[in-house]
Order: sequence, then structure tokens, then C-alpha cells
Amino acid sequence: MADEPILELRSITKRFPGIVANDGIDFDLRRGEAHALLGENGAGKSTLMNVVFGLYQPDEGEIRVKGEPAAMKSPRDAINHGIGMVHQHFMLVPVMTIAENIALANAPTHAGVLLDMDAAEKRVAELSRTFHFALDPRARIENITVGQQQRVEILKALDRNADILILDEPTAVLTPQEARELFAILETLKREGISIIFISHKLNEVLEIADRISVLRRGKLIETVPREGATEAGLARMMVGREVLLRVEKAPPEPGETLLEIDGLNVRDDRGLPAVRDVSLTVRAGEIVGIAGVDGNGQTELIDALSGLRRSESGRIVLAGRDITNRDARYVLDAGYGHVPEDRQRRGLVLDFSLAENIALHDYAEPPDSRFGWLFPGRLIARARRLLQEFDVRGGGPRTRAAALSGGNQQKVVLAREIGRDPRVLLAAQPTRGLDVGAIEFVHRRLVEERDEGRAILLVSLELEEILSLADRILVIYEGRIVGEFGPDVSEEELGIAMTGGGRETEAA
Amino acid sequence: MTEGQPPEAPPEEVPAPEDTQYTPSIAARLAFAQRAGGVITPLLTAVFAFFVGGIVVLVTTGKNPLTTYRAIFDGTGLNWLFPWVSGAERTTAALNLQQTLLLTVPLILTGLAVAFAFRCGLFNIGGQGQYTVGAVSAVIAGAYVSTAHLPHVVLAIVVATLAGAAWAGIAGLLKATVGAHEVITTIMLNWIAFWTASWLFGIGGPLQVSGAGNESVPASETVKETAKLPVFWGDPFLQGLHIGFFVAIGALVVYWIILNRTTLGYGVRAVGFNPDAARYGGIPVARNYFLAMAISGGFAGLAGAMDVLGWEFRLDQTSIQASQIGFIGIAVALLGRNSAVGVFFSALLFGALLNGTSTTNLDPSIFRPELAQNLTLIIQGLVVLFVGADVLILYLWSLRRKVRRQARPADAA
Repeated sequence: MADEPILELRSITKRFPGIVANDGIDFDLRRGEAHALLGENGAGKSTLMNVVFGLYQPDEGEIRVKGEPAAMKSPRDAINHGIGMVHQHFMLVPVMTIAENIALANAPTHAGVLLDMDAAEKRVAELSRTFHFALDPRARIENITVGQQQRVEILKALDRNADILILDEPTAVLTPQEARELFAILETLKREGISIIFISHKLNEVLEIADRISVLRRGKLIETVPREGATEAGLARMMVGREVLLRVEKAPPEPGETLLEIDGLNVRDDRGLPAVRDVSLTVRAGEIVGIAGVDGNGQTELIDALSGLRRSESGRIVLAGRDITNRDARYVLDAGYGHVPEDRQRRGLVLDFSLAENIALHDYAEPPDSRFGWLFPGRLIARARRLLQEFDVRGGGPRTRAAALSGGNQQKVVLAREIGRDPRVLLAAQPTRGLDVGAIEFVHRRLVEERDEGRAILLVSLELEEILSLADRILVIYEGRIVGEFGPDVSEEELGIAMTGGGRETEAA
Repeated sequence: MTEGQPPEAPPEEVPAPEDTQYTPSIAARLAFAQRAGGVITPLLTAVFAFFVGGIVVLVTTGKNPLTTYRAIFDGTGLNWLFPWVSGAERTTAALNLQQTLLLTVPLILTGLAVAFAFRCGLFNIGGQGQYTVGAVSAVIAGAYVSTAHLPHVVLAIVVATLAGAAWAGIAGLLKATVGAHEVITTIMLNWIAFWTASWLFGIGGPLQVSGAGNESVPASETVKETAKLPVFWGDPFLQGLHIGFFVAIGALVVYWIILNRTTLGYGVRAVGFNPDAARYGGIPVARNYFLAMAISGGFAGLAGAMDVLGWEFRLDQTSIQASQIGFIGIAVALLGRNSAVGVFFSALLFGALLNGTSTTNLDPSIFRPELAQNLTLIIQGLVVLFVGADVLILYLWSLRRKVRRQARPADAA
């Protein structure tokens, strides 16, 4: 603990038009420690790290590396100072091997001209062994898992002799198992003297991996605390600035009649390959059924088929007593279907429309919004005003463009529209993706309230924690099949195994 | 159901006051940039275009560009609007302004045609073909049908509008059903219209003007008196301004109403902004593509009717082949930012440019006539170029703000 900081930030200030993204932030990183940077979306975590990595220039303040002042004019400067950054989106060439990708960044050569592939492969193998990465230098990127690809990114930084590693929300793309493996790797790196900055907004993993935790809120550093003594509730309070309910409190479900029934559904994906295979499930009034699974196991196709956006090969979908199999979106919506889509910016909202227009998206062609093709904007605005207030949407009124709102408020607008139509069945797909703690709390509480109102809720999520805290029954989807059904008190490990296809035999039995 | 229990307002701690000020300020700034971008960038675009045009004048003729622009301005007749212009000068100005507005009428309509399709996310590059089809239909209806005045005019206008709509509707239908790209199909339809019309009225063509001595005249019959639009300003024999001007103004109003006050317009805009969200919202995307193209073509067809019934009265091969009205409509829509008001002003700008630089108006001692028309083309081209670069202009605009901010660094929130 006595050693001097390897990286030190002194009162860093970074302004963007209208916002102070970082306001006089002091931060230090010790050799061999993992220091977590915790904060809600927009708190300034990524900005701060982009300043360190030379992608942004600070307006004020100083960066010191190993005691020396360092000017980070570009990522190249940062790399030369031994800083490596792993972004959320990997920058790898899928058709090339691991060694080739590493060589792209830092190529060993024969006589400075010819690429020395053997040396590159040897170096990858060596690094992989030192840090227990278990990577085959000759494997192609497209054939390895996302977790392994992330390790390649880390390797890329280490190959350039980085001793400071910045990881930007590294677990966002990983399964629980892969996250566990990543944490093990990070432990190894720490033992080898690598210092790690870990950006996250997930409390549990921060408490698991970090030695110290710095909390940012609205561009300011709130506090830096050691892991010992820190609690999830305490950190959440620092992040949000008020008490946050982390666990959703809910009464036991009181399931009523079956409102959604899917029977033997088969759907193909865009390439014509089977994506949903023989899926049967039911959701009853007053219960939340969660579908857990790793991304890309047929969830999107299932949602699309249910929403009338994709034709199914065979099977039947009955919603509130009406057969909606292969009917169009309009018909499904009229049957009593509400849908919080996976991607609110692409599907959920017309970003260039006002909030009032967005809220009218499903019903604009019907009275009272319109009559004989004539639209009544005043009525759109009146309804929007009421719903925006009910759903506590901040940052704009009915005439504000949707693009001007934060992600959390945008999601509240989508919820307001879907729930405002009083649907019998509500599909919530990734309802809290990219939202911060405060907004997640709101969305979760609202979903439980709607369940208690007697709606049937189907929750599709990649976040296990979300499924576990909301769902009354949990179905696991793997390669387009439902491979298991669990109660709400199943363990994360058990679910994780089923999600990767492990639990199949036991379920089949 | 919807207004069940009041929302459990996050009680006790009301979020810090900074919160409530913080978020709206972003929204307000965005809204400002939007509005600023909405009015300022087209203005800057036009100013830049004239500036570069002025340099061209300076380099090629060595004359003071301001003198040239002054002469062009007087040629447009817009000086009629100045109350101090009087006497013979005022009479000339009135004549010039009538010609300018005569060109503005079809430009408003072809501009609306492009703008309407744009609002649905479609690039209707076939305004010229739809204009031609409209003009041909108007000539046929005007020359071969006999009825009383008012019904004849209405009939010819309706037929031309429907013909333009049908012509663009083909492209819309192809887009909606098989996904054929509208840029390709409308360009092809342009050529079909171009050659079909040339053949119809060409020498030996089925609708060539009849009568002795006309065998070698590649033109159509002249529309009957009953089909002509009344002139309300100026002398009909000197090609005064016809009532089509009010039709164009009416079309601007209709355009705005369709887009902002009807469910059709809502659907068109939703599809234009985000077809994925529209589909998810239950809006029939394919149907909107078709309708948007058809309405777009209707505007262009109407433009053709206005010209034929208002002052051309007949079509000939040369005028069909030389017409650029539909293409200039693209620049009109781009500069006018697809808004009704914007389209009006940019149509007026291009109408004025076309008329002001026409050889009949410009004093050769001020500007060589062969360069005059090219100046219009140069400015038109620059507008299209700069509109594509409006991101750049917005960037320069924000840079200016930044410089100003740094001048007083204390104002950081």
C-alpha cells in the first residue's frame, strides 16, 4: 500500500458544450491494484478514461505516469506510457488468427520488412501461458467465443508492454461463466504487477474484483473507498445520490387465466436457418415469465414472431383468446399486446418525433387521436402530458424530440406508451439495457406493478440478475429451444449451466 | 386503467436542484441547434453559393460581381417590391416579376414533389418525368376535350395530377412490392417519359399538330381557350401571371396539412424517420412508400399542368427535351429543407435566378450572355454541394460558439 501511484490524475476537468463531463477529478492507481470506476451512464467514467487514453484532451488538470507528468495527445502517447485500453466493442479482424491480429498492432519482422509470423505466434503462446489465457495463436477470431476475443484484446495491450490496463464495461458482453473466467484472469494480471482500471455500473462485480472503488456522479468524484466495508446499498446511494431499492419487493404471484400460449413454434432467422425450434410456453395473467439465455439463441426471432414482424414456419400463438399466428403487427397490437422492444432507439422510438407523436405510434390512426384520417395534435399532446407525468419522464415535455432525452427517460416513454394502451400481455425485451440504477429500479418496480394489475408479462433478458429478481417462472432458451424451466429461487450457477447447453440431458429426462 | 394509482413519486429526497436544471438545458440546446440548423444553414448555404459564384464572375469576366448581381436582381423584377421604384422602371420590374413568378410556380410544385418523397425517406429523382407526363396529359385534355371553361380547366388539372401520380406510383409500387430502389426506377421512368412524349408530338407522331403546313412542326395541338388559366396580373398577350400561382400557394398549404394534420402524413413521416419503428408500431411501411411516391408524383404532374395551361399552351419536342424544371426541384427541396415555407423561398430564389440570368434580361455589357445561364447552373450546383455539406456548416457554427465560450471561460455551469 505504501508504493507510489503508477497513474495519477490531478483535478482533471473536461467540458463539452453545455456539460462539464469531468469536474476537477483526482484519481490515482497503485501498482498491481484493480481500481473500479463506478457510476451511472453519463457520469463521466468513459470520458475520464478517454482522457487518460489520449482520445480527449482535458481542459484543465494533469496526468502523471510513474511520477512523471505525461501529455496524452493521442492514443499513441498513452500506449508509449504503458497504457492499454480494451473497449466494449472489440477491434479485431474476424477472418484472421489471434496471432495475426496481435501482429497487426505490433508486428515482429525479419530485418524490419518481412512479417515474422513464427515470432508472433511464439509471443502469443508465451503471453497466453504466463497469464493463463488458454488461447491458441492459430485460432481464427470468428471461431472463438466472445470471452476469448476479449482476452485477445487484453493480450494485444500486454503485447505492447502495457502495465496499466483500462477495461470499459468488460462484462457487458459476457455470460456469467465468462465473467468469472475474466475475473480469474484479472487476479493473475494483478499478481504479475499489472494495474487495472475497471469501468462498470454493476455493483456486485465491482465489489468482487476491485481493491478500491471510485464513484462518479454527474462528472464529479464523489468518493474513493476501499472494498473492505463497502456495500452494494452504500455504493448505489453514492452513485444515484439517494436511497435505491436494489431488490424488487414483490408479493407472490397470483396467476389467473392463460393469456399467452405458444405451441410448437418454429421460426427461421434472416439467413433462413432455424432460429426458434419447437418452442412451447404459456404465460398467465398476473405472472412474470422470464426467458434467460445468452444473446443470439433465438430470442430476437421469438420476439419478432410474437410481435407480427416475422413469419413463423409452423406452430401456433394464441394471445388473449385470439390466434395471432402470422398476423401482422397491427392485428397483434389490437389483440391486446404491448411490447417494450429490445432496441429502443431502433424500434421503440422515432427519435426525430416529439414525445407526443411517439406515444401515439400505435394508435394515431384511430379515434380519439384522429377521425377520418384527420389528426388532432392537441389530443396527442394532452394524452402525452398525462402519461409523461404518470411515468415520471424528465428532461422534456410532449413537444420535445425523443432524441433529446436520456436513455432512462426514453425507456420510460416506451413504457408509458405500451402500458398506457392497457395491454393484456406485455413483452419486455431487455427492458433495462443500458439504463442506470435509478432507471432500472423504476422499470422493475413498474413491471411488478403491472403484473399485480393482472397483466401477463413475458420478460426476455440477457441479465441473469434481472430475470432472477423479477420472474416468477424462468425458462432457459438455448439454440432456439427451451431447455429448462426453473422456479424463482434457482441459483445463478444452475441457470448459467443451462444457458450454455449443459442442463439439457437432465431436462430431457 | 391507464391512470390507475398516481405514480409513487420518489418521495423524501427530491433530486438536487441541479438535476432539474441540468437536463432541460441539454434539451434546450439541442432544440436550439435544430432550429438554428433549420434556418441558418440554408441561408448560409445560399450565401456561400453566391459568394463562390461571385468569384467565378470576377475571374472569368474581370467585372465587379456586385454589379453583376445587381443587374441580375433587377432582371428578376424583385425590385418591384421596393416602394421607391416608380415610373417606367416600375413597369419593367412588374413585367420581370411576372416572369419570375411564372417560373416559381412549377418550381414550388416540383420542389414539393421531391420534398414529400424525402419526408418518407425516398429520393424521388423522377420529378422531371412526372412533370412531363403531367404536361402531356394536360395538353391532351386541354386540346381534345370540349366543355365549358371551369370544368375544362379542372378536368385538365385533375388528369395531369393523376397522371403524374400514376407515373411515380409505378416506382412506389416497385419499391413497396419487390424493393426496387426508387432512384433507379424513377430515372428509368424519366427516360421513358422523355422519349414517349418526344415521339407523341414528333414529326409523324400520333399527336402531332394537324393542319396544312404543320407537317414539319414537331409540336402538339394548342389547348383550347376554355382550358387556359386566367391571367390575374399583367397582360395575357405578354405572358402575364396566371392563377396557377395561387394553386402553387395552395399546394404548399396542402403539403403542410397532409404532413402535419393527417394520419397519412404521420405514417409517411414515421416511415421516413425510422421504418423499423414504424413497422413495429403497426404502420404499413410498403403502403406508405407507394402513397408517398404517388402524392409526390401528383405534385410534379400538377406542375406540368400549370405550365401547359398557364403560358405554354402547347408542347414541342425541344421544350420537352430541354426542360429542367423537375431537376431544379431537387435543389429547391434540398435548399428548402423539405418544409413548406422553405420550398416557397427556395423556389422563388431559383425562379428569380433563372429569369434574372436569362439572356433577354441581362445587359451584355455587364455580363456575357453565354455565361449568364451558366451562373445559374453554377449556383444550383453549389447549393446541392453545400447542402450535402451542411454538417460542415453546422460544425463551423459550433466552432464559432466555442470560440465565443473561450472568450469568457467563467461561464462554465
